[in-house]
Amino acid sequence: MRRLVMGVLTLVVVSVVVFLATQVLPGNAAFAVLGRGANPARLHALERQLHLNRGLVDQYWIWLSGLFTGKLGASLANGQPVWALVKPRLINSAVLVVVTGVIGALVGVGLGAAAALRKNGWFDHVTSVTALAVTSLPEFVVAISLIILLSTVVFHWLPAVSLLPPGTYAWSQPKLLILPVATLVIVIVPYIFRMMRAAMIEALESDYVEMARLKGVPEWRVVLVHALPNAIAPTIQVIGLNFLYLAGGVVVVEFVFNFPGIGQGLVFAVGNRDIPVVQFIVVVLAAFYVLMNIVSDVIALLATPRRRIVR
Amino acid sequence: MRAAGAADAAGPDGSFGDIRLDVCDLEIRIGQSGADVVSEISLAVAVGEVLGLVGESGSGKTTVALALLGHARRGLSITSGQVRLDGVDLLALPPAELRAARGSRVAYVPQDPSAALNPTLRVGTQVAEALRVHPGVVADPAARALEVMREARLDATPDLLRRYPHQLSGGQQQRVALAMAFCCRPSLIVLDEPTTGLDVSTQRHVLDTVRSLCRSYGVAAVYVSHDLAVVSGLVSQVAVMYAGRIVEIGPTDKVFADPVHPYTRRLLAAVPSPDRAEILTGIDGQPPRPGRRGTGCSFAPRCDFAIDQCRLAPPEPVTIDARAVRCIRAAEIRAQPVQRPALMRVQAEAGQTAALSLRSVSARYGRRGVLSAIDLDVRPESCLAVVGESGSGKTTLARCIVGLHTNWTGEITFDGARLQAGIRGRSKDTLRRVQYIFQNPYASLNPRKTVGQIVAQPLDELLGLSFSQRSERAARALADVSLSADMLNRYPDQLSGGERQRVAIARALVVEPDLLICDEVTSALDVSVQAVIIEQLRRLQRERHLTMVFITHNLALVRSIADTAVVLRDGSLVESGPVDQVLEHPKHPYTAGLIKDVPALTRTVGE
Amino acid sequence: MAVAAPSVPGTSASEAIRMARHPWLSAAWAAARTPRGAVGLSLAGAVVLIAVIGPFVAPQSPDALLTLTFAKPSGQFPLGSDFLGRDVMSRVLDGGWALLLMAALATAFGIVAGAAAGISAAYLRGRSDGLIMRTVDVILAFPQLVFALLLVSVLGPRLWLIVLAVGLSHAPQVARVIRSATLDISERDYVKVAELQGMRPRKIMTSEILPNLVSPLTVEAGLRLTYSIIIMAGLSFLGFGQQPPAANWGLMINENRVGLPLNPWAVIVPVALIALLTIGTNTFTDAFARVAIGIDRRPEESALIDELMPGVPR
Repeated sequence: MRRLVMGVLTLVVVSVVVFLATQVLPGNAAFAVLGRGANPARLHALERQLHLNRGLVDQYWIWLSGLFTGKLGASLANGQPVWALVKPRLINSAVLVVVTGVIGALVGVGLGAAAALRKNGWFDHVTSVTALAVTSLPEFVVAISLIILLSTVVFHWLPAVSLLPPGTYAWSQPKLLILPVATLVIVIVPYIFRMMRAAMIEALESDYVEMARLKGVPEWRVVLVHALPNAIAPTIQVIGLNFLYLAGGVVVVEFVFNFPGIGQGLVFAVGNRDIPVVQFIVVVLAAFYVLMNIVSDVIALLATPRRRIVR
Repeated sequence: MRAAGAADAAGPDGSFGDIRLDVCDLEIRIGQSGADVVSEISLAVAVGEVLGLVGESGSGKTTVALALLGHARRGLSITSGQVRLDGVDLLALPPAELRAARGSRVAYVPQDPSAALNPTLRVGTQVAEALRVHPGVVADPAARALEVMREARLDATPDLLRRYPHQLSGGQQQRVALAMAFCCRPSLIVLDEPTTGLDVSTQRHVLDTVRSLCRSYGVAAVYVSHDLAVVSGLVSQVAVMYAGRIVEIGPTDKVFADPVHPYTRRLLAAVPSPDRAEILTGIDGQPPRPGRRGTGCSFAPRCDFAIDQCRLAPPEPVTIDARAVRCIRAAEIRAQPVQRPALMRVQAEAGQTAALSLRSVSARYGRRGVLSAIDLDVRPESCLAVVGESGSGKTTLARCIVGLHTNWTGEITFDGARLQAGIRGRSKDTLRRVQYIFQNPYASLNPRKTVGQIVAQPLDELLGLSFSQRSERAARALADVSLSADMLNRYPDQLSGGERQRVAIARALVVEPDLLICDEVTSALDVSVQAVIIEQLRRLQRERHLTMVFITHNLALVRSIADTAVVLRDGSLVESGPVDQVLEHPKHPYTAGLIKDVPALTRTVGE
Repeated sequence: MAVAAPSVPGTSASEAIRMARHPWLSAAWAAARTPRGAVGLSLAGAVVLIAVIGPFVAPQSPDALLTLTFAKPSGQFPLGSDFLGRDVMSRVLDGGWALLLMAALATAFGIVAGAAAGISAAYLRGRSDGLIMRTVDVILAFPQLVFALLLVSVLGPRLWLIVLAVGLSHAPQVARVIRSATLDISERDYVKVAELQGMRPRKIMTSEILPNLVSPLTVEAGLRLTYSIIIMAGLSFLGFGQQPPAANWGLMINENRVGLPLNPWAVIVPVALIALLTIGTNTFTDAFARVAIGIDRRPEESALIDELMPGVPR
């Protein structure tokens, strides 16, 4: 399919950009990393490690092929192989994203449909205004507010940080997951809610729903069989886009809760100027981004029979 | 108020029998107590009879139609009155019973089937649903579904049933809607302009189907329409609505042949006839919106016969000649015959060279051919009508002439000089001399500019006049289309469709062109407004000695404005000649078929 | 006018706008008078005021170590002290203007770049369009925050770089919205009328198209401003914005997190200020969009005004 090709193409370009930004921009990356006081021997060693002594295209090729074969070089901060460093973080973040996505989608769809059915009622007004407010907030504000509320100042139910012992995975200590997941869910639900509500209202006020009512179709069937399927398609796209957003959102949230995921890894790597790690994580995130774009487009296409006909 | 004697009016095929539908004093308001949208609506329809409910936009006819199923749109509520179907008042039924009655005892056929069919459900499912939700009404739902689709002249193959609505043509979609309506053999069918947007031959088929189904099953029907010609061939009784009230109701032949109410008279005078070249008279102004209808007769501000007494109170119905009419001067008005002045044609001078000529013009969109080998001539100061259905290429032809469409071959000559394909290749003077008016008055005026700026703009671009010169000529242009000068500072959103179109005409004429191309300029307008526009165009054409090309799909309209006509079909010219000749003695079978399918007002009931 | 449809909310405002000579100002004024608009404007306005005037009215120096760490609020230090013993009140008053300035600059840059790209892509069509939109897609493939982090990782947390990076990451979304709005407008009949009058493309752009783009552009600008503030605050929070010892709301939140049980105000106040600011800008933008879209809609389109900005965060 065309989209797949476009996606791959985009990824290639992305990788080039990432590469250029990190290796090429600062002139001599090794120099930038080590700073001015570096002695020539160490500089030279680092250059060799980063393959800076080779030509530009060579460097890119080495890096790109490394991506696929798993030879990603070593972290500049602690010498560990990049993959070993990133893999557990990747898994943890994946858990976070999936759990958040599922809960968020269900809550958002449910609230949106409920609000649409009671349009202009008090429930609708309250939820819509709340949604508007929450979409304005940065994630760390939500995170900190939750911490203040549930962890440190008001109540003391939940831990403020999610320090997992090294080597364990997120699902082994569910209590540590609650606050990060809650934060991310709160952040994405309003968007899903608004789209669902809008689509549902549009369906309920459409000509075909009016026609169904005039045919004598009972209201429950009107909502479930006529309105809902038409409201779902655009909402699924939004859900997909929100998964997308989570790729970036995890960064701040993991940082706040000290959650050992890929986002925290990125922040540390950036702080340490750990270039191979930065490169890898950014590419992974971008790949996830592009993939989710494609997936959500495809799902929306399948859910709308009208759009399946390629004209 | 109902037609006197409708209860025992006998149709051509015998007595109509009992009253099926009896509406008394129906009133619908905005909200619970807001302005009334329709009021004092009373009518009766007998078994097997079709009643036509006609009116222009804003008359409230669709609101009444929906109320016949006990339904009111968002924001409206039925505040008083009764809708009795076979003796049972639908408006008094509890919700569950009302829901059961909808679809099974009274059914609705929508105006736009492409919007009324759910895009995510298959066609077969939706037809079957009409039966499913009324269990017990029919013994064998599957068989009934197939039967009813056959009657609607739908080829009910399994493949068709598995399709989604957008995969069907407009005509097929409407047949599906008809099938759904007749599924449970209801007592009453309400049809809301079901042939809008269909081409003429499909429209004829749908009307025939409706008529035969009603007859076979003794179904009473209410047919809502703004198109009087369509209605005249189908219904036995007609109710004319204006500003939320029925102003005249009675047997069709009487109402159309001999209208009494001033509005009905003016309305009929505005309907173009394919049989006779007439000067159309429209009605200036617009109907009052709900809440602004004043205390007296709502038509009084626009009525020629209005006297002071008319403005005191809404008139009660008066019975005259088997009709009920809401007018206090009904009897005297009836004594005066309706004026329908004939249109005198300007005879062609022999040997004139054509002002506009097309030779072998063929056009494409990308790889698709749209026009092939068009040859035509337009005499100076005459009007050519280009007639065709949708997809015939008539708009493309217009766009090629004016330079908006550049992908064409052949030769277009205007006033002796060849026209370049695109706008870039044409001089400012050429651009000035050839002007174009678009179909949609809501899209052809920039919403961010005032009327004055819009009309003066071509004077700036094409003639480079100074500000004071532009203002003066713009004011004059508006006066030419009977718009007052205080319109100059208004924005398009404040104008009605007819007023906007007049602004578009003013803009086109302000630069004093020689050739005017009108692309379906009245298709989006009501009949009475259309007549005003057509008459203004005709008058302006004569006064300014314009050559005009008038694109339309409305065959009946052609006679009232054009001298010669050509007929397009799928990109080819199939007929051309003087208008009267083309319409009375068509040479091509396609033209003959079109003329036969066009509904005309003078046909008698029951044909 | 023709059919009596259910009335469009804000119709009377629309009427007033049409009568006015400057539709945009009237739209903004009308938006400010709706409940949402008024609330949004006051919230955002209040915080902006604090941020701008703050540095001049701060009671103490924001950098001086004056008392114990995480001291509770007292007469001399109304909000207590932070993790180094500095006066929270003064730091709060001092900590907003830089954030605001950077966000405003990033927004401006993003809007200008994005609008230029979007309009050009739409009007030029063909290969230029394809090229511009492909570039847009690539930049869009990066989550905004990650993009900024990428650049920071290489060049260090230079402030001008952050402004540039954030602005650049806004541009694609703006370009997309503007491009589709421009395409839509270019197809309208009144643009064709202008072409028939021999108007040059550039003049068509400024005379016919641009005035109709003002509304979507303003709405986008409002959204982008909100997101700029959010991202700037986020970057500062992560430590990649202004460096210590600068007073910066985002930075303060992170620095003082540790002392939440002791003096929560050092965290709560900057959090509240950021929240109120972003809620304010977003709400006002929402109100403006409702009024503006009410005008731009064609009469025959149904007025589902509420559904303007569903979709994605960032």
